[in-house]
Parts: sequence; structure tokens; C-alpha cells
Amino acid sequence: MSEWQPKILAILCNWCSYAGADLAGVSRMQYPPNVRVVRIPCSGRVDPLMILKGLQSGFDGVLVSGCHPGDCHYISGNFVARRRFAVLKPLLEFVGVEPDRVQFSWISAGEGERFAQVVTKVTEDIRKIGPAKRLVKGA
Amino acid sequence: MVNELREAAGKLLDDGKVDLVIGWAKGSLPLASTPVFISSSDEADQLVFDSTCGNNLTVYFTKDNKKISRDRKKVGIFVKGCDSRSLVLNITEKQLKREDVTIIGVPCSGVIDTRKVRRKAEGREVLEYSQDGDTVTIKGKEFELSVPLEELLSNACLSCLRKDAEEYDLFIGEPRKFSGESDPYSDIEEYENLSADERWERMNEEYSKCIRCYACRNVCPSCYCNVCFVDQNDPQWIGKTPEITDTMIFHIIRNLHIAGRCVECGACERACPMDIRLLYLNRKVAKEVRERFGSDTGTDLDQKPAMADFREDENQDFIMG
Ligand code: SF4
Ligand code: SF4
Ligand code: FES
Repeated sequence: MSEWQPKILAILCNWCSYAGADLAGVSRMQYPPNVRVVRIPCSGRVDPLMILKGLQSGFDGVLVSGCHPGDCHYISGNFVARRRFAVLKPLLEFVGVEPDRVQFSWISAGEGERFAQVVTKVTEDIRKIGPAKRLVKGA
Repeated sequence: MVNELREAAGKLLDDGKVDLVIGWAKGSLPLASTPVFISSSDEADQLVFDSTCGNNLTVYFTKDNKKISRDRKKVGIFVKGCDSRSLVLNITEKQLKREDVTIIGVPCSGVIDTRKVRRKAEGREVLEYSQDGDTVTIKGKEFELSVPLEELLSNACLSCLRKDAEEYDLFIGEPRKFSGESDPYSDIEEYENLSADERWERMNEEYSKCIRCYACRNVCPSCYCNVCFVDQNDPQWIGKTPEITDTMIFHIIRNLHIAGRCVECGACERACPMDIRLLYLNRKVAKEVRERFGSDTGTDLDQKPAMADFREDENQDFIMG
């Protein structure tokens, strides 16, 4: 059997992080093929339920990324999102989910390289903690 | 005190200041009083207030219950400290108008958790409950116990720092001020210090008891969406089974929905038929909200609820550098 590969859900905002991912692609930058990208209009659109549903249905990790603070296409979407993540993250840790399972970042449309780095880092982190078991249905 | 309370309600009704008073009355069982709706002064003698008055009556301004208060222009409501914070929150969220409600504060020394009483009675049926200051007497067939109130109090009350309403039109007695000295979250800190495995084990043990009856949601004055996320079918984002991941996700999301909105009244925990220690999650969230955003839910009529607000220069240490 082949070695376990982490499966990572990346939820990226349309205006910055998704464009950053696109730039990484068209620039032919190398990054781990473990992410599955879902494009959303803005990080403010991210319902924590999306993240939990991701874990529950078999993703080993979730990355959420939006525009840098101050750069959100909708002005304040990422500020509101930030408060949400600020509560979600410690809450997940509180119930016993590993801290690195769910991560957040800001990546702009010009930061293709940063996108590659973030994905590499998240993939490595999740490889280290191993397959997700908590909150995974049927695990 | 009970007399003052009845007189106050009667007078408000007689003077035409309100046309309905929401309060508590003696229930049909000894350990739980029941909400009561008084619309004329001669019914006012039904009103009571003691440590069995656990219901957060603000719930009657929300959800389907809105119809109770909607048809009347002016409603009077009795509140404990926590209930008054629910009311303030609902006013800041534009669920009702401050001028449409007459808030009557009552001095609260905590409400009981009926399960703690039953445990004391060791399974024997409790037929009588009475309170004298800090001592409670429980009677049943062939037994009588005298217990310090402290040992029967709802967990929410044990960590409560604002026992009396700070926003009111009338107060029965003398309201006590905010006692901000002690650390209300020491139990949460203890829990945080357990290993992740242990926390996970304990959460599993607790939440695997959940039967998804939603009593916790229904009694909560902060839970008032017309269609709750758990009732949405199309698309269905959340599993409705009592399977553990479905249940945990329900509770995590519910706690996020009431982040910065939960007043830690404990009504949910007292309503839970499965005896789940629900407040652990609520209070963890409340602690984060307080520490990170410096907001104390329901204490300020001019404050935006924390999760609807932001500061540009906020701490973002949890975001990848
Ligand atoms: S979640 Fe529970 S403790 Fe918080 S406001 Fe609602 S009923 Fe009260
Ligand atoms: S009241 Fe208790 S059993 Fe019912 S849904 Fe809430 S936690 Fe679950
Ligand atoms: S559009 Fe990118 S975070 Fe709002």
C-alpha cells in the first residue's frame, strides 16, 4: 500500500488568495499536490461549518486564506472573519482537535510564492500530526 | 420580598404603565417554578421569586414567543442579573425596544440545579423545598435534609459576577454591584491544562449523551433565528443524528453562533435532560471573547455584539506568519 498522503481542504477568497494560488500555478511554482481548493467570494463568507464539515468528511486539515487586513475586496469581510477564526481555533483546541489541523493565512494576489510556501508548511504540519481522527465521521 | 414584588407588578398594571408582566409562579412540582403571564393586578399574588426561578424569561421576547409580547405595547419583566443581560443583548440586536419594556430587577442569590437536589436526596422523591437565607430544606417521605444553598446552585451561578441587573427601571430591594475581583474562569483554565487526549475523551463522554432534543437551544434567549441551522434541509450542512461527530459539530457551531452573545445564564444546562455539562464550551468561548475583544455580553446598551464588530489592529497571533 502506498504511503498515507494528507488531504487538505483550502478555502480561498476569490480576490486575493485564489488569485495568489493561480499565480503560483501560472508561474510553475512547485508545491505539494495535497490541497483541494474551494473558491469563495471572501473570507467573510466562511462559515465555520464549512471547516468542520471538511474535517468530518475526511480532510486531514483545512486551510482558510483571505486578503491581507485592509485589502479585502469588501472592505471588512476579513476583519469579521478574523474574529470568527479567533474564537473557532481555541474552541477546536479546547475540545481536543490538534492545533495545526485548521490554519488561517492572508495571501494576496501577488503572493504566488507565499501561497506555495503556506501550502508546503501546512502540508508538512499535517503530515507530522498524521491522519485526522477527531470529528471524522466513521473514524 | 415576595410582597414587594407582587405590589410592584400590581401597581405597574393598575397605573397602566404595562399591560402584561412576565414573572415566575410556583410550579406544580416543588423544585421548579414556572413562567407566568400576569395581565391584571388581582393575579399578581401568583408571583414568586426564589432559587427555583431558573428560567431566563427574556426568551419570551424572542422566537415564536414573540407573539406573547408583540400584541401588547408595554411589557414588564422580572429579571435576575443574567436575564437582564439577555434583555440588553436582545435590545442591542434590535429584537425589542428599550422603551417598550419595563425591567424589574430582583435580587438573585443563585438558582438551583434540580439534579444537584435529586443527588442529595439520593433518588428519593422530593416533595417539599424551602429556603431560609443560605440554607435549603428538602423534604420527602420519611426524610428531611438541610443543605447549604451553595451546594445546590447551578454551575452558572457559581461563577456569576453580576448577580443583579444593572439595567432596570425598578429594583426590588438594593442591587449589588459588579464583583469583578475573582477569576470566573479558573475551571476553564484547569480544563485547558489537561492533555488534548484527555479533553477529547471527556468531551466525547459528555456529548455522546446528547439526544438532539434541542431543549438547550429552545430555552436560550440568544438563539432566535427563524430557521436554525440544524433545521435547514436544503442544503443540509449538518448531520441530524446523535452520532458523536454530528453532535459535537452541532454544539461547536451553536457555541460559535452565541459567541459574544451568551450571557452564561445556564438555562441551557439546566434544561438539558441528559445532564450534559454544556457550560464548559459556552464559557470557553465567553472567556476568549472577553480576553480578545474586551467585551462583556449584555452589559452595555450602546455596545455592538462582539462578533459583529472588529478593530483593525486586533491581535492575530493565530494566523500564519
Ligand atoms: S447558551 Fe445557555 S447560558 Fe448562554 S445565554 Fe443561552 S441559555 Fe444562557
Ligand atoms: S438539551 Fe441536552 S440533549 Fe438536548 S440537544 Fe441540548 S445538549 Fe443535547
Ligand atoms: S475578498 Fe479576500 S478576504 Fe474579503
